[in-house]
Amino acid sequence: MKREISGIVEKMKPSGIRAFFDLVLGMKDVISLGVGEPDFVTPWQIREAGITSLEQGFTSYTSNKGLYKLRLSIAQYMKNRYGLVYSPDDEILITVGVSEAKDLAMRTILNPGDKVLVCSPSYVSYGPLVELAGGKPVYIDTRSSGFKLSPKALGKAIDKKTKALILNYPSNPTGVSYIRKELSEINRVLLKRNILCVSDEIYGDLSYDFEHTPFPVLSGAKENCIYLNGFSKSYAMTGWRVGYACGPKDIIAGMTKIHQYTIMCVPITSQMAAAEAIHTGRKSVEEMKREYKRRREFMCDGLTKLRLDYVMPQGAFYFFVSVKNTGMSSLKFAERLLKEEKVALVPGTAFGESFDDYVRISYASSYENLKESLIRIGSFLNRRKGRG
Amino acid sequence: MDEILEILENDGRTTAEEIAKMLKLKPEAVKKTIKNYEKEGVILKYKAVINREMVRDADAEARALIEVNIVPQKDVGFDKIAERIYSFPEVSSCYLISGTYDLLVIVEGRNIHEVSRFVAEKLSCLENVRGTVTHFLLRKYKENGVILKHKEVNKRIAISY
Repeated sequence: MKREISGIVEKMKPSGIRAFFDLVLGMKDVISLGVGEPDFVTPWQIREAGITSLEQGFTSYTSNKGLYKLRLSIAQYMKNRYGLVYSPDDEILITVGVSEAKDLAMRTILNPGDKVLVCSPSYVSYGPLVELAGGKPVYIDTRSSGFKLSPKALGKAIDKKTKALILNYPSNPTGVSYIRKELSEINRVLLKRNILCVSDEIYGDLSYDFEHTPFPVLSGAKENCIYLNGFSKSYAMTGWRVGYACGPKDIIAGMTKIHQYTIMCVPITSQMAAAEAIHTGRKSVEEMKREYKRRREFMCDGLTKLRLDYVMPQGAFYFFVSVKNTGMSSLKFAERLLKEEKVALVPGTAFGESFDDYVRISYASSYENLKESLIRIGSFLNRRKGRG
Repeated sequence: MDEILEILENDGRTTAEEIAKMLKLKPEAVKKTIKNYEKEGVILKYKAVINREMVRDADAEARALIEVNIVPQKDVGFDKIAERIYSFPEVSSCYLISGTYDLLVIVEGRNIHEVSRFVAEKLSCLENVRGTVTHFLLRKYKENGVILKHKEVNKRIAISY
């Protein structure tokens, strides 16, 4: 007998590349360029703060909104770094990674049938989260504009049912980011058409070519924007699961309501460690950033020599590389590369069905691995050429 | 610090070509900069960091940290006497420090007796050396920023979004 479950969940497509992921996970000695997290371990002083908090007996719930001292630190950081004033009392919410924050944001702002614009290719969860919240994702294909959202394409995509835009920069999977002027143009369209901006800036600290501009600093944007960030990528704290949302009081209040019933609060150990990170971790962030930037240049040179096409990423730690010339679909390319050369990467279709001629390469890996994988991809491509 | 130095300090085997790629510079320019650093003595030498805990080396089985109290000399202060001390091949490191004594000297030898003999017969007898306190090293955990054990294995899952 087939049991009836939620129609929305039933309709959600399972990821088409799950089987590929399982293949990678079942294989030994793979060099992986398929990882969406830093290869650094959390800096020691942050880990130590987590340990100390356990020793001192901090094992209870915290306020639903998160530890006050962490919210205060985030407020101070936003003010000192970007001149943005958010009240730790009712404009900041600590969440289980940015993932939860995105879910809360969607569920808070959407009514059934509302549309949310998503730049494509995009991180995997945006569309499904919109659907789960009863909304409808509308994808804007950005490949003809260098994987950047153009104000024109944005304007065209907006209709009466459009409620929000999800922006993510620097972007996973493309690494592409925006300068202030480009963001201002997007902001102008959003304000004019009364569209909310949900800005996922988890890679904001990893911007290599220019200063990162948080969306809410733009003129008039703060009251119209839910700013999402977290500790995972900047401080190499993915497993701790700490993110946060800063936004207008009404929206943060709504998000907090859902959060208090579903999550209650973020684990206190992680919050204590995050508080340490924001106080003493900046030096580590800068060191890691310099290292990523060097790896980006290194990979850029290597991929160019392999005659692979890509748009130069300005941040995060990804290259979104075209494999069109090889004649293989993204999944075929990834599967064969894995089987023949034991190099793993993520097929482009993971980030949008129509990106079947792309793969995502992550350079959050050691030089040793990067060097070796470039050699292996090289021989993989050469063999193909020989045949062709 | 210049990023070229940062890279080389972390891995002295990184080639000028690789550094050039990382920093988007011309290989010739990187080579020239490195040559200059070598000439100026900013880069003194390239060597491997060996985990001596894992190598039984008959020549350096014993190590001691020695606090040395000295009488500074007129005009040259501590430098002259420090030079006399650090010139001994047995001395692997020598620092002038603030506090209750003046020089911290690290001495290596085949065994405890050899190190003791060096302290008793060479170091303590030097003119201007007022006294010494010897601490033998029992175990090394970390040296010059390097933790002396196997690298932390990366526990990330091999693929993720």
